[in-house]
Amino acid sequence: MSVSLLLLVVAGIGVMGYLAGSWRAGALAGGKASSLHSRPGYYGAFVAVWSVLPAVLVLLVWIVASPIYIGSTVRNGFPEEVKAEPQATQNLDYNMIGAISRGLSLLSAQERTALFADGSAARTVLAAKGVPLAADPAPYMLTSADTLNRMTVASGLLRSALVVLVALAGAFFSYRMIAPKFRARNRVEGVMLGGLLAASSIAILTTIGIVASMLTEAIHFFNRVPAWEFFFGTVWDPRFAAAGAAASAGQFGLVPLLAGTLYIGFVAMLVAVPVGLFAAVYMSEYASRTLRSVAKPLLEVLAGIPTIVYGFFAMVTVGPFLRDISAQMNGLATGNFASFIQAQSVLTAGFVMGIMLIPYVSSLSDDIITAVPRALRDGSLGLGATRSETIKRVILPAALPGIVGALLMTASRAIGETMIVVLAAGVAARMQLNPFEPMTTVTVKIVNQLTGDLEFTSPQTLVAFALGITLFVITLCLNIYALYIVRKYREQYE
Amino acid sequence: MNIMSEAAVEKALDGKMNDISYKMIGRDVSVYYGEKRALYDVNLDVRENTVTALIGPSGCGKSTFLRTLNRMNDTIDGCRVTGRITLDGDDIYDPAIDVVELRARVGMVFQKPNPFPKSIYENVAYGPRIHGLAKAKADMDAIVEQSLQKAGLWNEVKDRLQESGTGLSGGQQQRLCIARAVAVSPEVILMDEPCSALDPIATAKVEELIHELRANFTIVIVTHSMQQAARVSQRTAMFHLGNLVEENDTDKMFTNPDDQRTQDYIMGRFG
Repeated sequence: MSVSLLLLVVAGIGVMGYLAGSWRAGALAGGKASSLHSRPGYYGAFVAVWSVLPAVLVLLVWIVASPIYIGSTVRNGFPEEVKAEPQATQNLDYNMIGAISRGLSLLSAQERTALFADGSAARTVLAAKGVPLAADPAPYMLTSADTLNRMTVASGLLRSALVVLVALAGAFFSYRMIAPKFRARNRVEGVMLGGLLAASSIAILTTIGIVASMLTEAIHFFNRVPAWEFFFGTVWDPRFAAAGAAASAGQFGLVPLLAGTLYIGFVAMLVAVPVGLFAAVYMSEYASRTLRSVAKPLLEVLAGIPTIVYGFFAMVTVGPFLRDISAQMNGLATGNFASFIQAQSVLTAGFVMGIMLIPYVSSLSDDIITAVPRALRDGSLGLGATRSETIKRVILPAALPGIVGALLMTASRAIGETMIVVLAAGVAARMQLNPFEPMTTVTVKIVNQLTGDLEFTSPQTLVAFALGITLFVITLCLNIYALYIVRKYREQYE
Repeated sequence: MNIMSEAAVEKALDGKMNDISYKMIGRDVSVYYGEKRALYDVNLDVRENTVTALIGPSGCGKSTFLRTLNRMNDTIDGCRVTGRITLDGDDIYDPAIDVVELRARVGMVFQKPNPFPKSIYENVAYGPRIHGLAKAKADMDAIVEQSLQKAGLWNEVKDRLQESGTGLSGGQQQRLCIARAVAVSPEVILMDEPCSALDPIATAKVEELIHELRANFTIVIVTHSMQQAARVSQRTAMFHLGNLVEENDTDKMFTNPDDQRTQDYIMGRFG
């Protein structure tokens, strides 16, 4: 029985269990629903849960455990001289046995007998069935493959039998437990609670997993390059080593990348914060309801544009425009038509990223400003304050902590932004202050170091993980601080 | 209602003869929220240095009328006011009138205490500051102290003026809001159920305060509590379904009202 069919059977048992449980609860109540602790549906759900859940768990465990058990059994059956080989060779052998066993299952009984009589033809026979082998199999492999096949089939049968049995047993016992005073609702809700808990822990566990994997790779990197050279080095020159030329070590200084990241982020915030904040004030305080209902979604559409599109926009439109206009300005001022703004520059990347961030700033700030209680507005207006005085002196100060939190979240987006800077900021890791020159960011360098066909053993690639974890820690700290501020602000009004 | 109107006009004339001065006069005041009409041609006069209580069942329009007196209804989308309301003879809905100046003269205290999330000092200084009432820091200090004294809060907060106004108890917050309104030296103070969120002890304090404030201000108060209206006010106006049912001396209103509906409401037969 295949796994999907098995699941279908279990689900069928669950449905039957639900119907039987509901029916039995109804029968026990005898028309008086109030004599039951829970509604009949809960008794049905209880039976269904107990039929399906343990069976599925058993199935999962079996699926994970049985290949491991079969594998170790087959390996134990290897001849002594094969067992003496290094682990990597054994793994290759085992893979080949797997292929052979797949091939064997395609053969008819006669072909099998013939094959076992004369093992030398195995490669051609199996190739004819569409199972290519890398080399002629050693004689023991055929026997092992046969063992593998038999065990797999047995495992499948056993699995199906066990799962169905568990499902039936679960259904039977939970059905027997149904009694008018039985608290089915509490049990079912307990299971639901467990499900919700599992869902939320998946998100958390994934984060932990990502951090752990980045951390291990980063530790590999720091084993080769000292941490202080990475964190305080001022030169970024990873020098892609030619294969085998281990001597050509690069320099991995984080400082120029971080400087570029922060500089571009700063320019972006310079654009996004005033525009976004003013837009939010207008939307929440002045705009009529009709205008708001049209303009706010439009503004938020900006947030849905993929950042790669902003990247095009920066590269194709904004960059050349800035370059040309700077040439014109320079020409008018000095007569020399040389552009002083380069097409790829801090300004281009920062400006376009700022535009991308406007909707984040405005929609977060708008929510926060709108959350300031109406009573405060009325109180201020009732004292004869004008609308703008009310905004400046009451609403913005009251919303300030929340707005700061929103801005910190926006800043962490700016720091983590990749596609715009890849296309618009340049790749030269330089430390300088001129916004018209290209600089590069941490994210750009991660992309650079990881694009192409690479092996994950050299510091040139491993550095990407060190950069990644650094970036992660920075944005994490920003976000935690922002959440802390926002939460503190919420408490004021609750 | 027209009969009422005639009577009101006569009363106004009587008042002049008897040297009663009217601070605010409302004539044929109607309010619409979009299509819905909330007030029907209300004629109500507010006497100077008098506490006027507006009573009536929920949704009768008493708060709506109160909010027309300093044009707080302007801040509500789709709200329209017709009729004529004067403050010292000037039409407050005249386009030439600056609503900001009007609200400085007609202050308001709200149902729920709404101190700004600033220090106690800054809460009181807010109004004077935006109206430029104090030149020097010493002037401002004086205004803050006087206002808090008038609101009966000075002794409780004088040592912690820099603490947040939101940290006070509910009753203290409401008196802070009154101090805040008083600080702009308004002529009229509107109070929209100022005690509904307060416990009996805080309520008693605020009522005592209203009594004292009467010497310097004209007060209009909306209340759900008959006892409160009887305790604090000299004049009472009864609203029902957007109409002004009766306006009379409080003593007469609660002993021998002219209108049967007032009698019924006060006796608790509806509302």
